Amino acid sequence: MEPFQKVKSIVTPLDKVNVDTDQIIPKQFLKLVQKSGFGKFLFFNWRYDENENLKSDFILNDSKYDGSKILVAGDNFGCGSSREHAVWALDDYGFSVIISSSFADIFFSNCFKNGILPIVLESSIVDKLQQETGPIEVDLENQLIKTSSENIAFEINSHKKKILLEGLDDIAQTLQFEEKISSFEEKSTIPSVL
Amino acid sequence: MGKTLFEKIWESHIVVEKQNEPALIYIDRHLVHEVTSPQAFDGLRINDRQVRRPDLTIATMDHNVPTSDRSLPILDQTSAIQIKTLEKNCKDFGIKLFDINSPNQGIVHVIGPQLGITLPGTTIVCGDSHTSTHGAFGALALGIGTSEVEHVLASQTLWLEKPKTFEVRVEGKRRNPHAVTAKDIILSIIKNIGTAGGTGTVIEYRGEGITDLSMEQRMTICNMSIEGGARAGLIAPDQKTFDYLRNREYTPKNYESLVDFWKENLKTDADATFDKTFVLDINDIAPQVSWGTNPGMTCDVDESIPSPDEFSNGDVNQKKGAEKALEYMALDSGTMIEDIKIDRVFIGSCTNARLEDLIEASKVIQGQKVASNVNAMVVPGSQMVKKQAEEMGLDKIFIDANFEWREAGCSMCLGMNPDILSPGERCASTSNRNFEGRQGNGGRTHLVSPVMAAAAAINGHFVDVRKLDLN
Repeated sequence: MEPFQKVKSIVTPLDKVNVDTDQIIPKQFLKLVQKSGFGKFLFFNWRYDENENLKSDFILNDSKYDGSKILVAGDNFGCGSSREHAVWALDDYGFSVIISSSFADIFFSNCFKNGILPIVLESSIVDKLQQETGPIEVDLENQLIKTSSENIAFEINSHKKKILLEGLDDIAQTLQFEEKISSFEEKSTIPSVL
Repeated sequence: MGKTLFEKIWESHIVVEKQNEPALIYIDRHLVHEVTSPQAFDGLRINDRQVRRPDLTIATMDHNVPTSDRSLPILDQTSAIQIKTLEKNCKDFGIKLFDINSPNQGIVHVIGPQLGITLPGTTIVCGDSHTSTHGAFGALALGIGTSEVEHVLASQTLWLEKPKTFEVRVEGKRRNPHAVTAKDIILSIIKNIGTAGGTGTVIEYRGEGITDLSMEQRMTICNMSIEGGARAGLIAPDQKTFDYLRNREYTPKNYESLVDFWKENLKTDADATFDKTFVLDINDIAPQVSWGTNPGMTCDVDESIPSPDEFSNGDVNQKKGAEKALEYMALDSGTMIEDIKIDRVFIGSCTNARLEDLIEASKVIQGQKVASNVNAMVVPGSQMVKKQAEEMGLDKIFIDANFEWREAGCSMCLGMNPDILSPGERCASTSNRNFEGRQGNGGRTHLVSPVMAAAAAINGHFVDVRKLDLN
């Protein structure tokens, strides 16, 4: 995973609550066996009509937001299915920061495995950021969002922050605890399945 | 101070713990399916890693398999490749697979308990959010993403932040337990706590309303914990739990000594406290029908669809959400639920496709026919459920009523296989999600219990099953 850098871009305001992962990436694209190339299917049913032409009324299709790396969405973003394809699609499309007043747990966790920073802010601040027209900067190191008019601080678990900033390979880290895992297994009373 | 059941399971699985950091938790059972695992196995290959404990890992194919004649080849090439990929991955990494021709094939959350793979007090993960189902046995069962699937394959552990505890106490007795089911209890809970009400928590379901339920009904409750936003749902094991798991194909040999240990240890202490509590009285609850595009948008069968104002309680964003939902569902506020006509009926999914669900539904349709404008199907949760139902003659009851009787799989719950709704079609479904397009692009889903779905199939619209004789 690449270390997370400062991100500066305009925001894409997605003015919806309870955006579920079925909307982020519909089921027909879950048949693929690779991780790449999901960006073109992001928000598929909202982005394209039945003939796969772009719908003019969906925010991602407004050229004003081309190149945006920061998605600002309503409450409970990423609810429903555990499909990590949702995060792969957001990442492949170009988003590296998602801001909301709350995230569903599995989606939240999936973000950190893919170098995406989910930021939780008060809903009044989320509403305000959705109105922001100029570029904003997200500085993870200092836990600050810099807009044209103010600096907004955000909270993040220090362990998760480290994972993103250093682009750590989770599994390599864990395998350093091999001895502890083995000694746990020796004591475990839970039988094998087979 | 006493401990909750969750805290006891959590503490007994800690491998590494540090202040203010996630804990490394040992995983006792890893269930794998074709959709969320291929990229995880690829990751192992790229890094030259092995599966640490193939003996704690079980795979099946459920999400993407056709439910029609299994002797025919799979026509959708992308689906066929995904299924072949799982076969190859299981072979290469030494994992036991129940493939499409296995008598044990089925929805992963149906077969785990049926085979005695699910056990009380264990930690269970699967790359599927409905893993919460296994919590009905007093297991800490978590849905995870594909990166975490890879992590568990490689290390048999997961880094987890300790969730908060949420007590959902279900009190009272249902007046008509055949008409008001476990599905109606869990939909009522979600309607009240909201779809994000359980975020960051593990729910423990307690009270007479829960202990009264059979194991299959308890699975329906825990299954939809994720629809209330919870990380997992738990029910303390009791005699019903221990009896259910005895003598299954993979029940451990030392089962009785395990039961003795579980009886002693797997319960919340009387002086334990929860981070929060919600109480539902079920004496008077009605069958539930969802009207919107998330499971919290649900009302009683004898009510009318609420206005966005009533629904949102003053929250502007929720109000907008409700307006959009009504537009998508092509419904108006004030319409009586019983006046909503349907085109399709789906009895299936990890929520409601177990033997009891099929028995209850069959009572409603026995000797009747599906309404002429309705297309109805039953997709048993596993090949074993299908076989048991056929031995009881339930297949005949469904087929005589003009239901389609299919092979096991996730099917139209998520519509990855050819079983999907056409745009605009309205479906009474026993599944768990009514999201936009979930069952097919443009499809409109109403979540209901198996008896409600069966009654809707016969009548062509929703009916209050409390009016039927179901005994």
